[in-house]
Order: sequence, then C-alpha cells, then structure tokens
Amino acid sequence: MTAAAKTHLVRSHILALVKAMLRIRRFEEKCAELYTQEKIRGFLHLYIGEEAIAVGVNQALAPTDAIVSTYREHGHALARGIKMGPLMAEMFGKQEGCSRGRGGSMHVFDAPTRFYGGNAIVGGGLPIAVGLALADKMRGRANATVCFFGEGAVAEGEFHESMNLAALWQLPVLFVCENNLYAMGTALAISESETDIHRKAESYRMASTAVDGMDVVAVESAARGALETIRKGDGPAFLECRTYRFRAHSMFDAQLYRPKAEVEEWKKRCPIERLEKWAIEAGILHEADLAPLETEVAREVQEAVAFAEAGSWEPVADLLRDVQTPRAVP
Amino acid sequence: MTQAAAAGSGNAVTYREAVRAAIRDALQRLPQAFLMGEDVGRYGGCYAVSKGLLDEFGPERIRDTPLSEAGFVGAGIGAAMGGLRPIVEVMTVNFSMLCLDQILNSAATIRHMSGGQFSVPLVIRMATGAGRQLAAQHSHSLENWYAHIPGLRVLAPATLEDARGMLWTALHEPDPVLIFENVMLYNMTGALPENAGAVEIDRAAVRRPGRDVTLVTYGGSLWKTLSAAEQLAGLGIEAEVIDLRSLRPLDDATVMASVQRTRRAVIVDEGWRTGSLAGEVAARIMEQCFWSLDAPVGRVCTAEVPIPYPKHLEDAALPQPHRIVAAARAAVGR
Repeated sequence: MTAAAKTHLVRSHILALVKAMLRIRRFEEKCAELYTQEKIRGFLHLYIGEEAIAVGVNQALAPTDAIVSTYREHGHALARGIKMGPLMAEMFGKQEGCSRGRGGSMHVFDAPTRFYGGNAIVGGGLPIAVGLALADKMRGRANATVCFFGEGAVAEGEFHESMNLAALWQLPVLFVCENNLYAMGTALAISESETDIHRKAESYRMASTAVDGMDVVAVESAARGALETIRKGDGPAFLECRTYRFRAHSMFDAQLYRPKAEVEEWKKRCPIERLEKWAIEAGILHEADLAPLETEVAREVQEAVAFAEAGSWEPVADLLRDVQTPRAVP
Repeated sequence: MTQAAAAGSGNAVTYREAVRAAIRDALQRLPQAFLMGEDVGRYGGCYAVSKGLLDEFGPERIRDTPLSEAGFVGAGIGAAMGGLRPIVEVMTVNFSMLCLDQILNSAATIRHMSGGQFSVPLVIRMATGAGRQLAAQHSHSLENWYAHIPGLRVLAPATLEDARGMLWTALHEPDPVLIFENVMLYNMTGALPENAGAVEIDRAAVRRPGRDVTLVTYGGSLWKTLSAAEQLAGLGIEAEVIDLRSLRPLDDATVMASVQRTRRAVIVDEGWRTGSLAGEVAARIMEQCFWSLDAPVGRVCTAEVPIPYPKHLEDAALPQPHRIVAAARAAVGR
C-alpha cells in the first residue's frame, strides 16, 4: 500500500470515525422507535451493524465523487454528509426532506453531495453507476463513482452486465458489496454457487479484495487503496465488505431464517464498540471521550426529529409535480 | 413505399438516411451527445441506420455495447445525469423487455423520487413493428406499454421530416424520450428539403383533411391509413387522417377538434387491441366528444396472437387498408 492509501490512526481521526458510526447507529435506533409510533411508514431497512462500511468508504471520497446506493442507504447518506434533519424529514415524508418527501426511506437523493439514490430495485443502481463513471471519463473529469449494493444483487443480471461494462470500458467505479450473508431471508450459501463474492469481480479482470466489514479502519484503508488505482485510470475496483445486519431485513421481518445465536455472535463484533475498545487499549482515546460524543449525537438526533416534526406536508395540489420537468408548451 | 406528402424540392432519401442524418447532425453540433447500442458501430446498426458513423465519429461516440440491454440503458441513465446526452439504440422493442427495469424503475422515476433534483435527459431509439416475417420475438408493437408510464415522452416518427427532426428536439428535453421507428418505414423513400431540421414534438398532425370520418393513427400504420383514405375517397367518403406523432403525452386537442367536425372516429393501431393505445384514444374521445358522436368509435388493431412467421398469417394479423376501409364505412354507415 502506498503512503496516500494509509489511514492515519491519530486521535482526531479515530474520534471522527467513532462519531460518524455513532450518528448512524443512534439515528436508526430513533427511526425504529418512530416507526413503531407510525411517524415513519412504508418499508424501513436498518443498517445497524454495517456502519463501518459507509463510514470507512466515505473517508476516501472527494466531494466531487458520486454515490449510488440502495434502499438500505441511511448510513451512506449520513456518512456522505447529508444533513440529519432533512434525512429524518424525508423518512417522515415531509416536503423539507432531502427528496422533498417523495422518496421516503428507500429513495434518498441529494444533488449537492452527488448522492444518486436510494435505488430499491436490487441490482438496479449498478448500471447507473457505470453511466455516471462513463460521463466522468468521457468528459475528462477525475471523479470516481462509488456504488453500494448487497450480496443479493450479485445474483442479478444487472450485476454481471455492469461488472463487464465497467471493466471493458475501464471506468472509474468502486463497487462496494456489503455482504451481510442474507438476501432478505435467503442465505448466501443457498443462493450462490460461488460464495466467495470478490472472486466474481476478479473474473471480470478488475482489482478485487475482500475486507472485514466490521473493521472501519480496514474498510477505510481498502477503499483508499482501491480509489487510488481508480483515480490513476486503472479502471474499476471491487471491495467485498463482510458484514452482518444486526436488525431484521425490514420492520416486517420475524427473522425465521437465521439462528438467534448467530446474531448474538456477530453483535460481539460491533464495529463501534470494537473501534472504541481498540482505541482505548491503545491509549488513543479514553473512556471519558465517549460520553460527550454520545451527548452530541443524541442532541443532533433530537434536533433532526424536531426538524421533521416541524416540517410540512406538501399540498395535494402539487401531486403531479416533478413527474416531468416543467416546460412551456408553444 | 414512397412518401406522397413530401415537400417540393429536395434530395430523395430513405427514412433510414433521415434518421442517420439526424444522429450525425446531433453528434456534430452537441459535443456531449453520443450513440450507444448493440452493433451500432462496426456492424453499422441492425437496420443499417448508423452505417458509416463510426468512421466519422470514432468508437467513443459510436459506442458498440455488449448484449446487455439493462446494463447499457442504465449506463445511459447515469451518463445523462452525469451531463452527457446519450442516444441509446435498443435493437427492437421486444429486446427492451430486458431493460424495462431501467426505463420504468429508474429513468421514469428518478426526477420524481429525487424531488426534482435530478433529471434524466436520455433518448432511447427502438425499432418496432411487424411486416418483415421476423416472427413472434422481433415483431411486436409495445410502444403503448411505454406510453402508459408517467415520466416518459414517447414519440413515433412516421414521416421523413419527423425521422429527421424529432431527435434534435428530443435531445433538448430534460427528461427521458423514447423514439419508436417502425421497421417497415426504414426503406421508405421521399424528398427531404436540404434544410430539414428540428420539428416540434407536442402536436399531432393532420396528414389528410376530410369531413366524414376521423382516422387516428401513428407510426407505420400512417401509410396504410392514408392508402385506406384514398380508397374511401373513391367511395365518396372524405376521411381525415391524424398522425399522433407523440404517444405520450397525447395531443387531445387536435384529435377532438377533428372528431367534433367529422362526428365519427376510427383508431388504427398496430398494438394488440386489449389494453391498446387505440383503447385509450377511444376512451378520451368518449370522455370529451360523446355528445358529438354519430357512431361508436371503431378500432383496427393487431389480432390477439403473437406475430406469426408465414407472410399470409402475418398480414392477416396486422391492420391493413381493407380493414381500415371497412371500419370507416361502418362508422359512416355507407
């Protein structure tokens, strides 16, 4: 690994990583609570347990890079810098939401941070990421596009078509597979003939690595390394992050497909506790550092909820807005 | 087939050449425009539309793709959001089922789902229609399925002028536009003025004026309908022929103004009758012109069968001039 790809484990950076993951965790815990209160409706897919991936990858991104995400995207959105208030307002369906309330939990979009959704068709975002990268390459811009998806997407044709196109055209895409072992309720072992997912990408002749997705530092280092090759013009790269979702697939999931003991075992590898513990043992952080972080994050979540509560409903008169761009008919 | 209504002076060109001229013009004038699709480059296009363009513009802008409809249509969506103006060719509408996800779930929804933050200025061209004995996986007219989807514009150029002129206008739309080229029109020859250029894409066009019955159609069926109108004239029935041009949105005003005058209407549509665009137009006529009608609205559509291979059965399945004449006579009552 080159110097540029190294992750500097200084105190300020570790604090920032802990806080970034904590923001996602506490935001989503609040979302789950608000869901039971019926403030948030529809589908709600929580990222809890997988925070290290969004946070680690985002450390390596430039503001001009693009992100394409999935329906489990709250973590990606917060890590990317979408403000918590508009994100929560989007969950409520209020017009102050980052997608003006039209998308909800599954369709978060944000132009200023080049956040292109929130795609709830499994595999549907990958071709779009390829196209964003194609535009950057054809226009001579040095940006990269990061595309997040779960291991379930790997079974889709759109995955393979996108791998091929990105490698064939040597496009600046970082494919990040969040392998949480279950596509909804279907275990990897009963849906894939090759369960070592990063090898699939290798077969398309792109740089591909598997990394411990519960280790934010490992993810950050891997993402920095991958993006470095991408920015040099060496084509796409693939990162398989091995992780686990601690919560149900969505709020309607009784989790009949996985043993409770397995969930408990993975929870011991919680990416936040793990980093905190390591940093304290290494003398980089102190126990006393953590409480203020929790307080700050709790305040931010509280303010986000207040922002969403104070938000307004879009008038029904605007129902047909944003279907097409307004256009003067001659 | 020749185009009767072609404007006076100009060069004799085919519909195929008119589309090619439109693509060339777009690529010359818009640096961010490019063409991509299966066999558009080295092969010259399945229907030879893009023949020669690779030499002129190079492989970056006349971009051959693998057989990955979802992949390259989705890439077109991303490229459009990334500031380019992609023209994506899908070989035939039947193959577009492989990228329906991208068109329906992404191209048509992103503007809405993003609360108006992102638009998808993508143009997709597809061949459509039957008549070349290509059987049941290359011959269908599914444009009405796309006309069902809010967020898309759907165009059907039936004339050389529209083949030449709709693309430029479509490329300046901020939202996705689908252009359906009927395969039976590619060899149609006529005169196209030297200075032919962009055309508006909002209005239906009256292709033949008449007072006795309104025949509403689009795409490849326009020429069959005009032929029927000619036969009807021989029987003393003056049919007005309307070419819809835009299938979404529909230009109700032009259709209704005609039906108000003729008080009778027949829709000619190469789609299957059930759930057809003809059904939609008929319903709108009922909603807006019910009290002006002197006869039930008639429909001439494709028989409800996958398009058969043998010529005589293919012909029997499709709208033909004699069926249009019969439907018009039934509406007029003579």
